[in-house]
Amino acid sequence: MSAGLLAALSVFVLGLLVGIEVIGKVPATLHTPLMSATNAIHGVILAGALLVTAVAGTAAEYAVGFLATAFAAMNVVGGYVVTDRMLGMFRPGSQR
Amino acid sequence: MSTVDTVVRLAYLAAAVLFVAGLHLMNSPATARRGNRVSIAGMAVAMAATLLLVVDSGGGTALGWTIMIAGTAVGTGAGWAAARAVPMTAMPQLVSVFNAVGGGAAALVAVPELAPPAAGASVRVPAVLDLVIGAVTFAGSLVAAGKLQGLVPGRPVLVRGARVLGGGLAVAAAVCAGLLLAGSGGGVALAILAVAVLAAGVLLVLPIGGADAPVVISLLNACTGTAVAMAGFVVDSNVLIVAGALVGASGAILTGLMAAAMNRSLGAILLGGFGTGDEPATGAGANAAVRAIQADDAAIQLAYARKVIVVPGYGLAAAQAQHAMRELAELLASRGTEVGYAIHPVAGRMPGHMNVLLAEANVPYTQMLELEQANAELPQADVALVVGANDVTNPAARRPGTAISGMPILDVDRASTVIVIKRSMGHGYAGIDNELYTDPKTAMLFADARAGLTALTAAVKTLVG
Repeated sequence: MSAGLLAALSVFVLGLLVGIEVIGKVPATLHTPLMSATNAIHGVILAGALLVTAVAGTAAEYAVGFLATAFAAMNVVGGYVVTDRMLGMFRPGSQR
Repeated sequence: MSTVDTVVRLAYLAAAVLFVAGLHLMNSPATARRGNRVSIAGMAVAMAATLLLVVDSGGGTALGWTIMIAGTAVGTGAGWAAARAVPMTAMPQLVSVFNAVGGGAAALVAVPELAPPAAGASVRVPAVLDLVIGAVTFAGSLVAAGKLQGLVPGRPVLVRGARVLGGGLAVAAAVCAGLLLAGSGGGVALAILAVAVLAAGVLLVLPIGGADAPVVISLLNACTGTAVAMAGFVVDSNVLIVAGALVGASGAILTGLMAAAMNRSLGAILLGGFGTGDEPATGAGANAAVRAIQADDAAIQLAYARKVIVVPGYGLAAAQAQHAMRELAELLASRGTEVGYAIHPVAGRMPGHMNVLLAEANVPYTQMLELEQANAELPQADVALVVGANDVTNPAARRPGTAISGMPILDVDRASTVIVIKRSMGHGYAGIDNELYTDPKTAMLFADARAGLTALTAAVKTLVG
């Protein structure tokens, strides 16, 4: 196993632990927006889609790149917009 | 490492920090929206860094740039339009669709790495995992969304010979994955693997009942996170690994919470065959011991109560009665009654869905009580008003030997009196009698949720003039 892979694996495991720690504190009231927000975060795969498209050379690779980019962009934008819309509706009692 | 490379890696680190900080801010409704925007800022940083990386590395062909821009434009337009237009009741389906495309994108990122000529083993292993998990998630999430939307039957669909077919698919996928992992697979092995895992995704979700679909969506969300992390290993990007791990962890936690709240084990859910997605209608008055009440009498109880706890279930949202509910609650509150909403974790179609539906109807989040808070307050309530909730209020869950034994419930029967608004004596998902309805202090107001609440509001208004 290379040093680079080991470092990446460490990052992955620590990321999991941070995730468990942070998510465990979110109240049940916000679980739907939370799921939607984390859903948007995994849209960061857009970075991977762009990198793959940039090095594409064949028609098949361009097709894969286009599909991946479109899917990922839909994931990011849609996920964040709908989360923002939901969270915008949560109001405290006094404000009326 | 070149300067640009260093800058990009630091920017990725900053993006990861912003993601974590954003999720941390979601621990309170007051800061949650800010948290989401911090997370958006992280995404913007990550994308800017990626573009810098592309430009610096010789930057793709003109065609490559055109495709990047076109793909981003198409996806942005579709995502934006869907997110603006969706009604809040259809939120679980949309989350599932966004999850599907995320998983699909993750799977696609692995494809060029697996196509010949074979890459090194440290890339091949995560690439195969990425493809398999991503493709299963893509197909499975679309089927789950279809079930919730009613496009695919919500009842468990059992395909004849599914076991044999599934076994065959698993063998084919395993052989092709083995070839690809060994570095001797070609385009054909890649294609067969992709088709086999897509079909497996469909077969995996089809037999799962509509009632369990939220748990499955949460599980698939965790899967996408994992696939994205694997893609991070493939393209050597820490921000993908961190973001994917965060989502994987959160999805796993939510799946566990949801399954526990429904009293279902993950294994039983995946085996399928439970819950139809629709409440079976059985005739009213099946049990003679039930006490019926009219709106006028119920209004008297409500109007003179010091403390009222409302227990909303998905039936409330299905009848579009959230606004009628909030009007009644505001009327009572304006007369000095203390009003709270007791919300079970599985009220609605995904964890926390009921809270979103109530927030949309302008119910302040300060009045929304979680299970434990609600159970601490219910014994002091003069009236518990149950609207559209069933199994989660059934005291039978406290006894062993019933279909819902051990399920965490709202202790509605510990309130001084209980009013249940319900159309008929029909059963919930569990298909058993609700002992709350035959409790001597329970009165049943047989009505559609919206009509019943409107009648109650009118009756309270007449009463107090």
